[in-house]
Amino acid sequence: MDDFYRDYILDHYRSPRNFGHIEDPDAVAEDLNPLCGDQIRMELVVNDGVVNDIRFSGKGCAISQASASMLTESVKGMKLEDVAKLSKDVVLENVGIGISPTRLKCAMLGLRVLKSAAIGEIAGWPDEE
Amino acid sequence: MLTASANESKLELIRQDFPILRQPTSGGKRLVYLDSAATSQKPQAVIDSLVTYYSEYNANIHRGVYEIAARATEAFEAARATVAQFINADSREVIWTRNTTESLNLVAYSWGLTNLKPGDAILTTELEHHSNLVPWQLLAEKTGAELRFIPIDDRGLLVLDDLDRLLDGVKLVAIAHVSNTLGTILPIETIIPKAHAAGAIVVVDGAQGAPHLPVDVKTLDADFYAFSAHKMLGPTGIGVLYGKRALLEAMPPFLAGGDMIHKVEYSKASFNELPWKFEAGTSNIADAIAFGVAIEYLNGVGFDWIREHEQQLTAYALERLRDLEGRGLAVYGPKDPKLVSGVLSFNYADIHAHDLASILDTEGVCVRAGHHCTMPLMNKMGWTATARASFYIYNTEADVDALVAGLDKAAHIFGV
Repeated sequence: MDDFYRDYILDHYRSPRNFGHIEDPDAVAEDLNPLCGDQIRMELVVNDGVVNDIRFSGKGCAISQASASMLTESVKGMKLEDVAKLSKDVVLENVGIGISPTRLKCAMLGLRVLKSAAIGEIAGWPDEE
Repeated sequence: MLTASANESKLELIRQDFPILRQPTSGGKRLVYLDSAATSQKPQAVIDSLVTYYSEYNANIHRGVYEIAARATEAFEAARATVAQFINADSREVIWTRNTTESLNLVAYSWGLTNLKPGDAILTTELEHHSNLVPWQLLAEKTGAELRFIPIDDRGLLVLDDLDRLLDGVKLVAIAHVSNTLGTILPIETIIPKAHAAGAIVVVDGAQGAPHLPVDVKTLDADFYAFSAHKMLGPTGIGVLYGKRALLEAMPPFLAGGDMIHKVEYSKASFNELPWKFEAGTSNIADAIAFGVAIEYLNGVGFDWIREHEQQLTAYALERLRDLEGRGLAVYGPKDPKLVSGVLSFNYADIHAHDLASILDTEGVCVRAGHHCTMPLMNKMGWTATARASFYIYNTEADVDALVAGLDKAAHIFGV
């Protein structure tokens, strides 16, 4: 965990990408981390089954916010049906190695919320699938 | 009061009794345990008690005629007597439960459902732990009673100006002895008589109180007092509900089954006398006995010393943390060692408490991060999460220094 807080994590935490809201989004979901205190909301613009734009908002630890920020960059231009099938791997690739098991849900929250927005109901936890 | 060096010797002797403190972390760091508010560490005597029980005299209690059953029964009831003496109650008024949460639920179900009706009110405070809030929410829903709150100010102290008006129509007051998030010691000595004058009973959540402050239920005149073993050197899985005898006698049982009965037919049963009326099924025998040992250990240390030591440590911590205020460290609560008991909640600049706790973990420092089972309190104060350091009898100034060094590391990583 020592060198987990690499520059790019802190960069995404301090300057989150795609942070904010969409007026009249096509898909929305939000949830919080049972561990405590992390909240993420995802808002999507979907045209012809493709995610054209995405915004996230929320508050929480550096891992949850940075992970969500990186995720929004990963999925722009992706088909909604592919977003719905994303696995925890995309998160792990983004944040790199070194998350302790107790912090895994922090990293996964954004993906859970994103998938929930894609399928229209609360999805499971990606790390438990 | 001991001299500084005598104090240090006593503290060192105490620390030697806690084997876990000698275990380095996987990163090779000294274990700096600052999370006793979540659960306390155990002295060798308590650990030995569990091993001895299971090695030498494990047997079910109350019914057995043979030697080890008699020995187990005697030890179990002796532990109950130890608890009773500890809080100045009668043994019949000491009910074994699983923990504080179960104790509070027992009152909600057994006293609450029978005694509350629409038009009645339940009064609690804005800083309660979920275990002393949610049972009363459910009780209010089930009985039609109204749930009210004593407010707190921005220092985490109760605002009592409106208390008389709030108490009008109240039948039950549920209140913490000490706040687990802010460490505030609540003025229950003031509130209990007022509650009684208004016709209400008082249930005290003593989870953070009993480990740190002397509790005399007769002096307090509390109607119910609940606490857990694991926060006061005892094992998990055993707790206590103290209740005034007259109240307990009048209450219907909580959980039903073996042991809490007197006579059973197919269609009905009559119930056992106190305290066993409220102890259904096989009890947590080993852990009750170990809890007795934990209390004896605490009595040996002495609550005067415990309180003095804690206040000194809190004062030292506040002083060291004050140095970080310029870089954005915010300590919450009254910030006065006389008004708090062993708990300090804080945040550091824009570093989320989780991240703070993770970095502190790499230095062997254990703190808790999150909402501490007090989500409404966090929302009211506008905090997403806080980090919480809590002290107990085995903590030292070196532990506080390690905490501060860890905070410096976090500040460095986050560029604060």
